[in-house]
Amino acid sequence: MENISLELKPARTFGGAKVPHRKHAKNAATIVMPPPKTVEISMQQHIGAPCTPLVKVGDTVKAYQKIGESEAFVSAPIHASISGTVKKIGSLLLPNGQKIPSVIIESDGELLTLEGIAPPQVTNAEELAAAARASGLVGLGGAGFPAHVKLIPGDKKIDTLVINGAECEPYITADYREMIEHTDDILNGIFKIKDILKISCVKICIEDNKPEAINILEQRIKSDSRSKGDVFIVKLKSRYPQGAEKVLVQAATGRLIPAGGLPAHVGCILMNVTSVAFLARYLRSGLPLVSKRLTFAGSAAANPCNVEVRVGTSIKDIAEFCGGFKGEPKKILLGGPMMGTAIYDVNYPITKKDNAILVFNKRDAKARPITSCIRCGRCLKVCPMKLRPCQIEQAAELQNAEALDMLDAAACMECGSCAYVCPAGRKLVQSIKLGKQILREGK
Amino acid sequence: MNNKELLLVSPSPHISSGAATSGIMLDVIIALLPAAAAAGLIFGYQALILMLVCVGSCVVFEFISRIVMKRKQTIGDLSAVVTGLLLAFNLPATLNPVYAVIGSAVAIIVVKQMFGGIGHNFANPAITARVVLMLSFPVAMTTWVKPFFYQVSGSSIDAQTTATPLGIIKEGTGEALPSLWDMFIGTRGGSLGETCAAALLLGGLYLVIRRVISPIIPLCFIGTVALFSWIFGQEPIFSVLSGGVLLGAIFMATDYTTSPITRQGKVIFAILCGLITVLIRTFAALPEGVSFSILFMNILVPLIERIGRGKKQKKGEKKA
Ligand code: SF4
Ligand code: SF4
Repeated sequence: MENISLELKPARTFGGAKVPHRKHAKNAATIVMPPPKTVEISMQQHIGAPCTPLVKVGDTVKAYQKIGESEAFVSAPIHASISGTVKKIGSLLLPNGQKIPSVIIESDGELLTLEGIAPPQVTNAEELAAAARASGLVGLGGAGFPAHVKLIPGDKKIDTLVINGAECEPYITADYREMIEHTDDILNGIFKIKDILKISCVKICIEDNKPEAINILEQRIKSDSRSKGDVFIVKLKSRYPQGAEKVLVQAATGRLIPAGGLPAHVGCILMNVTSVAFLARYLRSGLPLVSKRLTFAGSAAANPCNVEVRVGTSIKDIAEFCGGFKGEPKKILLGGPMMGTAIYDVNYPITKKDNAILVFNKRDAKARPITSCIRCGRCLKVCPMKLRPCQIEQAAELQNAEALDMLDAAACMECGSCAYVCPAGRKLVQSIKLGKQILREGK
Repeated sequence: MNNKELLLVSPSPHISSGAATSGIMLDVIIALLPAAAAAGLIFGYQALILMLVCVGSCVVFEFISRIVMKRKQTIGDLSAVVTGLLLAFNLPATLNPVYAVIGSAVAIIVVKQMFGGIGHNFANPAITARVVLMLSFPVAMTTWVKPFFYQVSGSSIDAQTTATPLGIIKEGTGEALPSLWDMFIGTRGGSLGETCAAALLLGGLYLVIRRVISPIIPLCFIGTVALFSWIFGQEPIFSVLSGGVLLGAIFMATDYTTSPITRQGKVIFAILCGLITVLIRTFAALPEGVSFSILFMNILVPLIERIGRGKKQKKGEKKA
């Protein structure tokens, strides 16, 4: 085993854009931010049904206490990230215009932990999924898909566990730090899932711009007695969007997820590195998800760094803790520059699924002029879904549902590659989203 | 920092590759420069004047059109400069500049701006303008001068006219055909920018390396011309080097707006362009068919682009 390389070549995938790396915070070890004075915990921390608050104004809560729950299958419970008093059940305006209840907790400064927390007993698949749900785990790579849903494949036969360590968005180094700092947790999580779900093959996918992460994982796997030569590292070319579900599963296994399908349709479970590592920690401690590592970076960040914060901490508090701004921030993003969301207010609280706060100065925030599409075809070339973004945009503007359907607008994963390369600065993703909405309404 | 209004909110993605229309057009201009220089050498100052007149009038017409139509100014994208240069390349070197201005007006005002400007025209502006000029001023548009005529002092221009190599064949004037070497370096009769194969190929190479164009269209176009010329018993290399094949295949048929956007479409488009070119040369009364074939295929582009449009991602269950 010693000298055998565990590295696999990825299968061919289509399209993709060469985006800059800008991983300035790469070598900044994670610092832990002390709990803030107040947190505002959104009841929508994931894809799926929002939670209903389980507490009311005036209640005292302890850290790790469940404060939000939903009956829906695709949802995940939400826990208090600090101890203190519930000040208010707020109403949080999401950037997409939706309003969601939030629980505002004022800290008692003590960080009292809920009594009676014990590691869960997990011996079979059902218990694993139940534990994942109870832990509040959602896809930590940014998607926020409740983890237990993935772990219940139903009637699908699963043979491969694909671990996403691609982190293809510029600036973000949160997953990278997880791989460097918590390598053992990642492996513990992987082997636990592999044993319980009887998975025959594990593929850890990492972009080749993170050689340190590839090295350390390879070393640990080689020296791990649980590894029987069935855990591999897939060294991906650095090309956006390698970390997107469909692209990653195809690169790792050569299998193509059908439209509207999940990785389970092709025998895979896909989990982010930070998610597996958290699951391992939860199985050991029983402490649900209440904090998250974020990368604080961008042209207006005085000191790009990786910081672990309590869920519900405001961007403003985090920025202050991270050394503040360099100049005046004009644009603030939650998530990466390709798919992240622009935030309208510095007091906005972070959620479990956020992995970066990017702050930009005036120069970088400036919107570029939009000119006519020159039909250069660049957007077609980079689209990982082989779509025709420029034509979808036209069809969306004309509200032509038939053409939108012909052009398969629904298959767009909104990765932003097309708009990134467009020389005319067309807002392609925005138009395509509109097109998808037209299609949904037409049905 | 507490003022909410200060933060800019916009849809993702929040960064861009930095590519811009003007940068692409600048690359095309750079790629055209070798051929422009060759034209100046071969056909002298009149060629240079004609290029300046075309570029200048195209930019002015674009500027005025945008003002009249109350649209955002677009001369900064440099596409009018490209159109002007290409139009000049398609004219005989000694053409009266007044005709060139008329051609520019047709290209920019009628073909480009009346349809909405860059990206919206369905036919190539420079080619359409050339065809319009050919039909309106057939004699002036087919009066070709000999290479380096401007160095021969004392003789009138009439004494210095010649025919294009294709014309020599078609009309059987008995004039000697230029050698393949002459055709390669451009010392032959023809439109001012089409004769120097070496310069055109150099420009094409630059565009491919800069990824401004994909090599699909030039290769398929030129390959088809060579193949079918050979089938019809003509010398394939001569056919490719003569007329406007290289200029057309590298710079005109690759125009983004008027060529298909998909790979498949590009292949079909270019092969048909090449085929029609050879058919016109072989069977029609005209000696040259590049302009007509590209113009005809421009019109078919929307049709070609329908191909493969309904190809959806596979739906449903397992496909391992
Ligand atoms: S990249 Fe932009 S300009 Fe080029 S075809 Fe696509 S939408 Fe049009
Ligand atoms: S069309 Fe959709 S999937 Fe394709 S590049 Fe654009 S955003 Fe990505």
